[in-house]
Amino acid sequence: MASLIRCPHCGPRPREEFTVRGAVVARPAPDAPDAVWYDAVYLRDNPEGPLDEHWHHAAGCRRWLVVTRDTLTHETLAVVDAAAARGGRP
Amino acid sequence: MRYSALSVFLKGLSGNRDWPRAWRAPEPKPSYDVVIVGGGGHGLATAYYLAREFGITDVAVLEKGWLGSGNIGRNTTIIRSNYLLAGNNPFYEFSMKLWEGLERDFNFNAMVSQRGVLNLFHSDGQRDAYRRRGNAMRLHGVDADLLDRDGVRARVPTIDFDNARFPVKGGLLQPRGGTVRHDAVAWGYARGADARGVDVIQHCAVTGIRRGPGGLVLGVETERGFVGARKLALATAGHSSVTAAMAGLKLPIESHVLQAFVTEGLKPLVDTVVTFGAGHFYVSQSDKGGLVFGGDIDGYNSYARRGNLATVENVAEAGVAMMPSLSRLKVLRSWGGVMDMSMDGSPIIDRTPVDNLYLNAGWCYGGFKATPASGYCFAHLIATGEPHPTAAAMRLDRFARGLTIDEKGQGAQPNLH
Ligand SMILES: Cc1cc2nc3c(=O)[nH]c(=O)nc-3n(C[C@H](O)[C@H](O)[C@H](O)COP(=O)(O)OP(=O)(O)OC[C@H]3O[C@@H](n4cnc5c(N)ncnc54)[C@H](O)[C@@H]3O)c2cc1C
Ligand SMILES: [Zn+2]
Repeated sequence: MASLIRCPHCGPRPREEFTVRGAVVARPAPDAPDAVWYDAVYLRDNPEGPLDEHWHHAAGCRRWLVVTRDTLTHETLAVVDAAAARGGRP
Repeated sequence: MRYSALSVFLKGLSGNRDWPRAWRAPEPKPSYDVVIVGGGGHGLATAYYLAREFGITDVAVLEKGWLGSGNIGRNTTIIRSNYLLAGNNPFYEFSMKLWEGLERDFNFNAMVSQRGVLNLFHSDGQRDAYRRRGNAMRLHGVDADLLDRDGVRARVPTIDFDNARFPVKGGLLQPRGGTVRHDAVAWGYARGADARGVDVIQHCAVTGIRRGPGGLVLGVETERGFVGARKLALATAGHSSVTAAMAGLKLPIESHVLQAFVTEGLKPLVDTVVTFGAGHFYVSQSDKGGLVFGGDIDGYNSYARRGNLATVENVAEAGVAMMPSLSRLKVLRSWGGVMDMSMDGSPIIDRTPVDNLYLNAGWCYGGFKATPASGYCFAHLIATGEPHPTAAAMRLDRFARGLTIDEKGQGAQPNLH
């Protein structure tokens, strides 16, 4: 997979419409210690299996999505709006 | 045995039937001074230089597949040392010098071909950037020539010089760059290491790292039982996060797929390596006649050894924009390799927080050219405990200390490097 992303707003759309930001990493508090910032900016779990990633539907609804994708099979397991995933307005 | 013109001739007389095997197939011993995980180019080169340069021969290389099954046998074979930054340039030039003497050194034909690497530019700003890079190279004693449009035309007449959007204004040429028969590099190093007593063990995946008191590494769990190690060295390009996690380490690395392509065989068409400055595309012609080319990584984390069609289309578009005659060719094969993409696009050769665990990782899409220097510098580190001077900047803690080697200036975003 990963040639087709199921956008919760637009339906299944070709991968070319999206740009990928990378793994979803929680943003530390501005005053968090250097070590915490280092971890968030540079270190990655990089699993061989399911991974939550930020994808931007640039050529569609222009929303940020959280795509859960298996990095071994390219299968997309879930796609949700990123703001909704954080409990905000979708 | 040593290969020579005479040995090739004599074996030819007997139908090439009685060549001895190039390396043994030993059973793992209970323990070794040094165990290297990963029988790719870098792991094998490390074993070779450990034995040849530093006299350490109680060494095993454990490979989960067969030699050449990883990126060493999948890359587009380009070697060059046209780097800008001081942390990179002397290292890749050291590698280039090792390539130049490699075949004589390990008595194996790796088809090292210094056919030149030419990077095209299409705007004044790009020319200035390449001029700066060329000057940096020359300051480090590396060869670099800035070609104008006519200079490029004389070398590669098949490029589209009338491209309205991306007119070719010239190129930066490294004449000593070129290509090398990639899997022969693995075979040559394996044979050279084996001849000096190193056990090269194929089909032996490492599944865990056993730690002792104080956290020191005792050895590795493998498909074929426990193998003890006084020093453990990881050289598992593409899977470094997976093997490092066995020792509880989290790395500044993501795994990404890079695809490559080869066309049907042709008469000689391009006699150098050419890269398109307006999009990511590069091409060279193999000795069998196929055009070998590639482009960008697919852009998202992947451990699958295959890519997506969007990238295939993207690469084909860039290729045809640069060299319209490519549109007439059939692509015979395409494939993908899993690479470590580090957070600054540069590699890591270093000790880890675990005293007897060493790491060679993060080679991104450019680690083939580094194979000899990587092996040499990693062996130096393992044998002496000190980084080799040319690899001194490739530390694991450089991200935390603000000393990244960001050749492209993209920041901590692996899919942009
Ligand atoms: C399509 C493509 C094109 C490229 N083109 C170029 C190029 O033109 N020029 C250039 O300089 N670089 C290029 N590269 C990058 C280059 O190929 C790599 O950076 C380099 O080969 C990596 O080092 P290696 O040879 O040791 O890796 P590998 O050959 O991948 O070696 C790592 C080995 O570790 C083994 N391994 C992994 N996990 C385990 C385990 N648990 N137990 C045992 N063994 C394990 C793997 O099976 C593998 O054989 C390209 C890469 C790709 C994918
Ligand atoms: Zn959408």
